[in-house]
Formats: sequence, structure tokens, C-alpha cells
Amino acid sequence: MTQIHGTSILPGFAVGKIRFYRREEHVFSRRGAGAGAERARLERAYAQTGERLGRLRQRALEAAGEEEAAILEIHQMLLEDEDFRDGVEELLRQGCLAEYAVQQAAERIARTFEEMDGYMRARAADIRDVAAGLVDVLRGTGGLELTEPSIVVAEDLAPSETVRLDRSLLLGFITRAGSPNGHAAILARGMGLPGLVQCGEISEEWDGKLAVIDGYNACVYVDPDPDLLERLKERREEETRRQARLRALKDKPSATLDGRTILVCANIGSPADVDAVLDSGAEGVGLFRSEFLYLNSTAAPTEEEQLAAYRRVLEALAPRKVVIRTCDLGADKRADYLELDREDNPALGCRGVRLCLTRRELFKTQLRALLRANLSGNLAVMFPMIVSRWELRACRELLAECRAELERAGVPAGEPEVGIMVETPAAALCADELAEECDFFSIGTNDLTQYICALDRQNAKLEPFFDPRHPAVLRAIQMAVEAGHRHGCRVGICGELGADPDLTETFLRMGVDELSVPPGSVLPLRKAVREIDLSR
Amino acid sequence: MTQFSYTVRDPLGLHARPAGQLVKLARGLSSRVEIGKADKTADARRLIALMELNVLQGETVTVSVEGTQEEADLQALRTFFQENL
Repeated sequence: MTQIHGTSILPGFAVGKIRFYRREEHVFSRRGAGAGAERARLERAYAQTGERLGRLRQRALEAAGEEEAAILEIHQMLLEDEDFRDGVEELLRQGCLAEYAVQQAAERIARTFEEMDGYMRARAADIRDVAAGLVDVLRGTGGLELTEPSIVVAEDLAPSETVRLDRSLLLGFITRAGSPNGHAAILARGMGLPGLVQCGEISEEWDGKLAVIDGYNACVYVDPDPDLLERLKERREEETRRQARLRALKDKPSATLDGRTILVCANIGSPADVDAVLDSGAEGVGLFRSEFLYLNSTAAPTEEEQLAAYRRVLEALAPRKVVIRTCDLGADKRADYLELDREDNPALGCRGVRLCLTRRELFKTQLRALLRANLSGNLAVMFPMIVSRWELRACRELLAECRAELERAGVPAGEPEVGIMVETPAAALCADELAEECDFFSIGTNDLTQYICALDRQNAKLEPFFDPRHPAVLRAIQMAVEAGHRHGCRVGICGELGADPDLTETFLRMGVDELSVPPGSVLPLRKAVREIDLSR
Repeated sequence: MTQFSYTVRDPLGLHARPAGQLVKLARGLSSRVEIGKADKTADARRLIALMELNVLQGETVTVSVEGTQEEADLQALRTFFQENL
């Protein structure tokens, strides 16, 4: 048994036979059959390669692989790029063979990319891939074809190679080079396939041998020992049992061993997520982000459009509570028709209720739709980015104004519960005043962390400093819970932190009434809650 | 000729995808569009040239527009940069 370590792109296992893939390395003589003849061959190859990329892109689009399709579109543009073609033409004029000219011209560009940092350096693989495709067409050679379920082992996999693979037969892949941010890794993650990149040593002798990819420990076993296979089988069965145990909690209450019951709800972003909520066993929706209506549209969504979307969710989930957050748009979540100004600092800009209270008609359209949908199920309305009591009052006044208008028009509305997002230091510090004016708080931990720690969460370079478990954040949560409870407000957490099982007990001890998490995290979280004993 | 400056906010800089979109946009405009960074410039209809500028987050580019519909084209480009980069 051989064990090799690499960089894992996905936690998961794959077991199967290795198919070693060696890209055909062509070395061509420089001299061609004359510029005219080579140019004619090349023109045909350009056309055929363009068509092939078009077909691959179509296939990627049909398989809903939008990211993949975008990569292939870039390849089409590289193929058509004038600088690339000028470079090839220059070599043809010197009497070079078409294959040689393509390789050399691409190589020159690839080397320029390789001199750059990070992201752009990885683009060298793209231009080389385009050239390899052209050479394949010129030579009439093909790529990698699978005939049985396989783990593919290769020096590296180009996007055009990955996309051509028969996915029903691909179990996982291992590359000697590559990068976790490379296209092959991105595509495989999208397909949910385990893979290892940067494996250091791979061998052609592995071809046909049995291998196990252990994505959890970032290693591959070639010719695995029988006991390893046995242990692995146990681990996989364990995983299956774990899933089954979780499913058994679907209709169980989220109650601790000593009998404290909370709600475990789901966060959603569109009516399409309703099935996932039903399947997750969630006790309601703690956060329905309404931005999707505004962002996937070329004009502001009408009252009727919004009503239909809200109704669909409320009806499907009744009698469960559904908290719909009014639109949290701003300079970083913009739609053309809103004509928002560009802002240097959108996180601190005109967003959330600031925008809604500035554009009252836009806001009132949403509030009317919400009020009309209210009777279809169990609705609660939540306002984002509240920092002052007057803002909450202004929102409530507009809600009351809309209700009065509807009643005058003979449309029944009812009175949904009203709550706010606690996601700013101001809201946490003034939680007492705010709690007097609403029915519930929902704590958004990502924004709360960003604002409390003065740390831009959009800046990838700051990731090492982004700590939602910072004591200041946890203290702010504690303050909001205590203040909320003093005034009869329920308090939930709808940010990512809510799904962290290491903090579940902390939150329960703080007195949190509800945790709202992505649908897939509902059952693991319920399990965590049911194993906690607060009396100890 | 008319021009504007823009500081790229995208963490990946002017990466392949928006560069590709920019090429498509520039091909549809009647003006000649050049993107400049420091002393280098690239024709906005050429993807590789744009990528070779290696524009990173926080760097400022100059977008120069020359043609008979400069103002409208400049507006389209400005909107594109603001929304995508």
C-alpha cells in the first residue's frame, strides 16, 4: 500500500480503479509545408476548435454548470484573441508548421501569465489548454475517455479535459500539480467529487490499481490494505448511520435533556428553497431574504409579483412561522433600475432600512405585499440595519399606513409580528429601547462581527482577522438576549454563527430562543441541542 | 477623446470573467476603447492584452474612449466598471 498526501478539495471518500491519464506531449519540427498550406490547415482548425468549445459550453450550460460554461466562454475568446492569432501568423510567415506555431505563440503568452501572482498565474493553464485543443484538432487526436468507473490520475487536468469526461464514470481525481483554486478543482467541487491536487508524486504504474481517496485527511492510498478497506467501509457505514440517526430527528422537538425547548429554523433566499425547508425538518423560517425579488429583475418587483412569492412560501410552510426580512439592498447589492450611487464604503452606506426610508414608495410596495400575504400563513416582518428607535418607529408607521390604505380599499391584512435584525453595535447597545417597540430580535452575526470589530468582511485579505467568536461579539449577543427578554421580546440568531455546534450550549445558556441556519444544518443542530443538559 | 479613472474593488482584480465581459462590451461599442495602467495600455477588445495588464484590487486604471459616440460609450463603460469591478 502506498500513501501519498496532497491538498484536498472536498471532504469525502472515493474508492475505485485508477485510470492514469497522460496528455499527449507533442514535439513538432519547426518547418511546415509553407505559409499558405499551414494557414489553410489552421483556419479549419480554428473553426473546428471554436465549434467544439461552443458544444462543450452548451453542454456545461445544460448541466447547470454556469461556472464551467463561463470558463469555456473565456477559452472561446482566447481562441479568437487577435494577439494570440497575430503571434501564430507571425510564425507561419516564417515558414513554421501550424502545430509548432500554435504551441509557441501560446507558450509565450502563458509565460507572461506565469510571471504574475496568484490568480493570473493560473490562467497560463487556460491558454495552454486552448493551444492543446487546437493541436488535437490539427493532429486528429482525442482526449481522455473513460470506459468504467474510475479515479483519474494526471499531471494536471485542463478544463476542456474535465468537461469532456463522462461524469457518471468519474469517481474522483488526483493531480500532481494543479491548485485548489484551479478550474479542475472548482469543477470537481461543483460536482461534489473528492479530489486531491498538488500530490507531488504520481506514477504511471498506478494505472488499473485500486485506490482510496480520503478527502478528510487529504491523502490517497494506492493498493489499499484489506484492513484499510474494512475500516473505510465502517466509516462509510457510520456516515450512513449518522445520516439515518439525523433523519430520525426530523419530527422531534429541539429540546435539551433537561427540557428546555428552542426553535431550530431555516434561512432561505427564494421560494425555490421551500422544499429544502420541508425536507430539513425546520420548525419555521427564521430568515427569508427578500433581495432575490429585486436583484433578479430589470425593474422593481410589483406588489403582485411580491405577493405571489410570499404567498407561495407562507402557504407551503403553514402553520410554521416565516420571518420575511424587508429588502436589504445597498451599493453592494444593487440593481440597475434603483440607480444607486456608487459608494466607497457600502457596508456603512445607504442600505437596509436607510434605503427603504429614503425610497418610501419602493418600501411601501413591499409592505403592502407582505400585509396582503399575511393571511396566507404565519408571517413575521423583520427590518434590517436598524440602529435607532426612530427608524423602527418610522418603519412601523409606514406599515400602519399601508394597513390603513388596504383596509380602506377593503383588502384584509391583519397584523403580523414585527422584529428587527440586531446586526449593529448601536442596536446591541440600545437593545432595551428597541425591544420596547417590537416583538422579536434576530441577531445577524456576520454583520455584527464586521461592525463590532471594524473589519470589512468583503476583503479576503482580512479573513485571518475575521472572528465571529470574538468576545466582544459574544458579549453583544448576550446584551441583546438579556435586553430582549426584559421586554418580552423573543431573541434568535440567524447568522452563520448559529450553526456552529461548539457554541450551541453557550447560546442556550445565554437564553437564545431560536437558531436559524441553512436547511442542511438544521438536523445536526437539533441533534446538538438534544444532547445538551443545562441543569449541569 | 474622453476618459475616466476607476479603482478596481474586485478582490481578484480585472480577472478573466469580467475581462471577457469587457471585451464583449467593447466589441459592441463604436468607439475605440483603451484601458491604461501606469505606462501600459491595452485595447479593450483584446482579452489577452487586458489580462496581461495584471490589474489587481486597489489599482487604478484609465479608460479612454475615442469615437463619434464617446459620451454614450463612456457612460456604458462606467456603469460596467461600477457594477462588475
